Amino acid sequence: MLSNELKQQVQYVDVLVIGAGPAGMAAAIAAREAGVENLLVLEREEHMGGILRQCIHNGFGLHRFKEELTGPEYAQRDIDKVQELGIEVRCGTTVLSVDEHRFVTAISKEKGVQLFEAGAVVLAMGCRERPRGALGTPGSRCAGVYSAGTAQKFVNLEGYMPGKRVVILGSGDIGLIMARRMTLQGAKVLACVEIMPYSGGLNRNIVQCLEDYDIPLLLSHTVVDIEGKDRLSGITIAEVDEKRNPIPGTEQHFDCDTLLLSVGLIPENELTQQAGVELSPATQGAVVDDNLQTSKEGIFACGNVLHVHDLVDFVSAESFRAGKAAAAYVQGKKRQGRFVEMKDGNGVRGVVPQRLMIPEGETEPVQVMFRPAAVYENATVVLTAGGKEIMRQRKRIFTPGEMAELTLKPEAIRQIESDTVTVDILA
Amino acid sequence: MKIIIIGGGVVGCAIARQLSRYEADITLLEGGVDVAEGASKANSAIVHAGFDAKPGTMKAKLNVDGAKMYPRLCQEVGAPYGQPGAMVLAFLPEERATIETLYQQGIENGVEELRIIERDEILQLEPNTNPNVQCALLVPTSGLTSPYELTYALADHAAVNGVTFIMNAFVSQVRKEDGRFVLETTKGEMQADLIVNCAGIGSGELHNQLSDRKVKLIPRKGEYYLLDHVQPLLFTRTMFQCPSKMGKGVLVSPTLHGNTILGPSAEDVEDASDVATTAQALAMVNERSRMTWPGLNLRNVITTFAGIRAHEENGDFIIGAVEGCPGAYETVGVESPGLSAAPAIAELLVGQIASENQLSEKMEWKPAPVRNKPFYAMTLEERVEAVKENADYGAIVCRCEQVTEAEIRAAIRRPVGATTIDGVKRRTRAGMGRCQGGFCSPRVLEILAEELGIDPTQVTKGGGNSQLLVSTIAQAMGKGDA
Repeated sequence: MLSNELKQQVQYVDVLVIGAGPAGMAAAIAAREAGVENLLVLEREEHMGGILRQCIHNGFGLHRFKEELTGPEYAQRDIDKVQELGIEVRCGTTVLSVDEHRFVTAISKEKGVQLFEAGAVVLAMGCRERPRGALGTPGSRCAGVYSAGTAQKFVNLEGYMPGKRVVILGSGDIGLIMARRMTLQGAKVLACVEIMPYSGGLNRNIVQCLEDYDIPLLLSHTVVDIEGKDRLSGITIAEVDEKRNPIPGTEQHFDCDTLLLSVGLIPENELTQQAGVELSPATQGAVVDDNLQTSKEGIFACGNVLHVHDLVDFVSAESFRAGKAAAAYVQGKKRQGRFVEMKDGNGVRGVVPQRLMIPEGETEPVQVMFRPAAVYENATVVLTAGGKEIMRQRKRIFTPGEMAELTLKPEAIRQIESDTVTVDILA
Repeated sequence: MKIIIIGGGVVGCAIARQLSRYEADITLLEGGVDVAEGASKANSAIVHAGFDAKPGTMKAKLNVDGAKMYPRLCQEVGAPYGQPGAMVLAFLPEERATIETLYQQGIENGVEELRIIERDEILQLEPNTNPNVQCALLVPTSGLTSPYELTYALADHAAVNGVTFIMNAFVSQVRKEDGRFVLETTKGEMQADLIVNCAGIGSGELHNQLSDRKVKLIPRKGEYYLLDHVQPLLFTRTMFQCPSKMGKGVLVSPTLHGNTILGPSAEDVEDASDVATTAQALAMVNERSRMTWPGLNLRNVITTFAGIRAHEENGDFIIGAVEGCPGAYETVGVESPGLSAAPAIAELLVGQIASENQLSEKMEWKPAPVRNKPFYAMTLEERVEAVKENADYGAIVCRCEQVTEAEIRAAIRRPVGATTIDGVKRRTRAGMGRCQGGFCSPRVLEILAEELGIDPTQVTKGGGNSQLLVSTIAQAMGKGDA
C-alpha cells in the first residue's frame, strides 16, 4: 500500500510505453498519430534508439523505407518523428515494476522515483543475449569471453577492442556481424562454430560477414573447453552428433584470446512476469492476441520483448499495430467477437499472435509470424481450423534463422468456425 | 609488534578483524587481487550445524561453536545470514543407519533440535523432493551466509581498526632470521615479529617451510551449478544426501539471494589453481542432484563454477602455534566446515596469540562500517529517500539484479574496496543475474576506471592479466600510441 504522500505523486498517463528502442518509438508514434495526447515513453539508456545505436552496419530499412540504412540512421528517422510529434521521452529512467492494474514505478537520476497509473501500457523492452552460463560450457572462467552484443558495444560505442584472435560460438546475426566487424578492425577471426546443422542467422549475413572474409563456418560443432588462467588462451571445439553431444576424437584446438557468444536471444520479460502476464514457452514472450494485447487487459507487447525478430522493419510494423491498439483501448474502442487459439503444428515454433479475434463487424487482415523448427525446402505452410484448410502458402525455403511471415486475409478469417487454428509446415 | 597475516580468505579476514582489537601493527597479505579469491568465494555458502564432523575433532568443536557465533557476527559486520534449516536425505534402506549415526554424532557435538523424519513429513516440508526418499535428518539450525560478502565485511571491519591490506602480495617463502620472520613476496621482502598462516591451499607449503613436522594438503576440486532465482523457492532448506568419504555429497540448496545451488563434486587435482569446470564433474553433479530433485531443469542455469578445498591428509583442521617455531601461528587444512568454523577459529587462535604474546586490548575498537541496504531489497519508500539523498541511486546499472550506480561506486570506495569487475560483482551483485554482465559490464568497467583513475584497458575481470579490453580501436588499427 502506498503512503498518502506517495499517492499524491502518482501521475496518470493514457499510454505508457516502456522502452525507446525501435519498438517503443514506433508504438509511441502510432499512439500519438491515433490521437493520444497524454503519452509517455520511459527509456533506461541515456539515448533513444535501443540496440540500433550500436548496429553501425547497414542493411536496415529495406522493407520499411525501401533503402539500405545503418542502425543509427534507421533509429534517427523514428527519433526525428518522436520529436516532431512532441512525444515526451524520459531517458535514463528505469522501470522498476509494473503490476496488472498498470501501476508503474520507475527511477532516474534527475527525477528520482516516479509513479504512474497508465490507461494502457506497451511493453517494448527488447531482448538480451544468452550468456555463457546458460550453455553450461565447462572450462575456465577467465576474461575474454563476451556475448557478441557486449563486444559490439565495446567496439562501436566505446571505441575499444576486446581481443585480437577471435572464435565465435553460435551463428546468430550479431555474432556474424561481429565476425566482420572484428576483422575490419584488425582482429583475426579464426572460425564461427555452430552446434546446429544449419546457421542461426540470416543467409545474407553468412555471405557478407563470413564468406567474404574467408571465415570458416563449422556447423554441427561446439566449444567443449575454455582455457586460460587470467585471460582466455585457447578453446577446444568438437563435432556433435544428432543429439548435440560432442563426438570424442573430433576435437580441434584454437589459440585465441577472445570467444564471442552468439547463441540466442531471450525476450526480456521480467516486468512482464511481474505484471502477471501469461508467457509462451515457445517464444519466451507474452501470449498476445492479434491486437498485441497480452493476457492482462490494457497491457500490450511488441518487438523483441514479444518474440525475437530478425529484421527491425518487422519490429516497427508490429509495434505500430501495438501502439494503435493501445490508443484504441484507452479511447474506449472495444472490439466485439470471439477468440480462437493459434497453435504451433508440425515444423512450427512460436506462432504470434497466439490468439485471434473473429470480430463481429469488419474483419482486417492479420499478420502471423513464426519460426520454422528446422530447414524445409519447397514446403508449404498450411493453416487449418477444425479440419478445414483456411489458407496455404508455398515457399522455397523455411529455416529457423529466418522468421516466417504470412498475412491471414479477412476471407480466410471468416471461414474459421472452430476454436483453434493450427499452423503446419508440410514438406 | 609487527604482525603479518598471510591470506585474505574468510579465515584470514576473521583473524584480522579479531586481532584488530589489540594494540599491534597488523598487515594482511593476499596473493590474489582481492580478499575472498580462493575457496572463500567458491563454496556452498552453508553454515553447517555441525552434525557431520567426527566428535572430538577440531572440525566438530569449531564448527558447532562457529555456527553459533554466526547470527551475531553477521549482524555486527553487516553480512547476510539466514537459518532456513537443512535435511540429510536417505534413499536406500541401508542409509537409514547413516542418518541415525549422523543424528547421534550431532547430539554428541552439541547440535540442537535434530530430528529424524519420515517420507510424508519430508514431502510436506519440501514438496520438490524425490518421492522415493525414505527418511531424513531434519536440521533446523543449519544456516546460510554469503561467504564472500562476509569476508569483505570482516576485511572492512579490520581495516577501519587499522589493519593494512596488501593485495597481489603472494608469499612464496617464509623463514625465521634473528628472531624475526622474513617473507619473500611478489611485492618484495617483508618482515614481521609474528605471523599467522591462513594461506588456504597454500598453507601447507608455508607450514612445511617453518616446521619439521610436515603436512600434506590435497587440492580437492568441487564444481557447482548456480540456477537463476525464482519465486517461490524450489527448496526452502539445504538438501544434503548421505555423506561419503569424499565429503558431504551433492547438495541442492537455496542461497540467501533466492538462487538454487547444486554441487559440489569432489575430485582430487594436481594443480591447486585449477578452478576450471569439467564436463564430467558437472554431469555428475547434474545426475546426483536429480536424486534429490527429479524435476531439475538445467534451463535455468546461469553459471557454473569450481572451488578448491584444502584437504589435509588426516582430515582435521590444524589450528594453533606452529610446533617448534615460536611466533608462528597457523590455520592449515581448513576445508568444509571451514566457513562455518571461521568465527570460532579466529576467536580461538587470536585468544591464544594474545595471551602468549601479552597483547593488550585497544581502548577503542571501532564498530564495522554501516552497510546500506541493497537497492533491490529496499521498499518503495526507502528508494524514494535513497535517491533523494544520492542521485546515483537513480541509475540502474545492472538491470537483472537492480544494482545502482551509487552501490557500485560505494563498493569501490569501501575500506577494502573492489578493484575489478568480479570484485564489484561479488560486492554488489552487478553481473550476477541471468544476463551475466552482458549489459552492465561495459558500464561497470567505465565506473571502475573512473573511480580508480586508470585507463579502461587496465581494468581487469579478476586481477592479473585478465584485462577485458586489449586496446583502443585506433591502436588496433595502428593509428594510436601503443
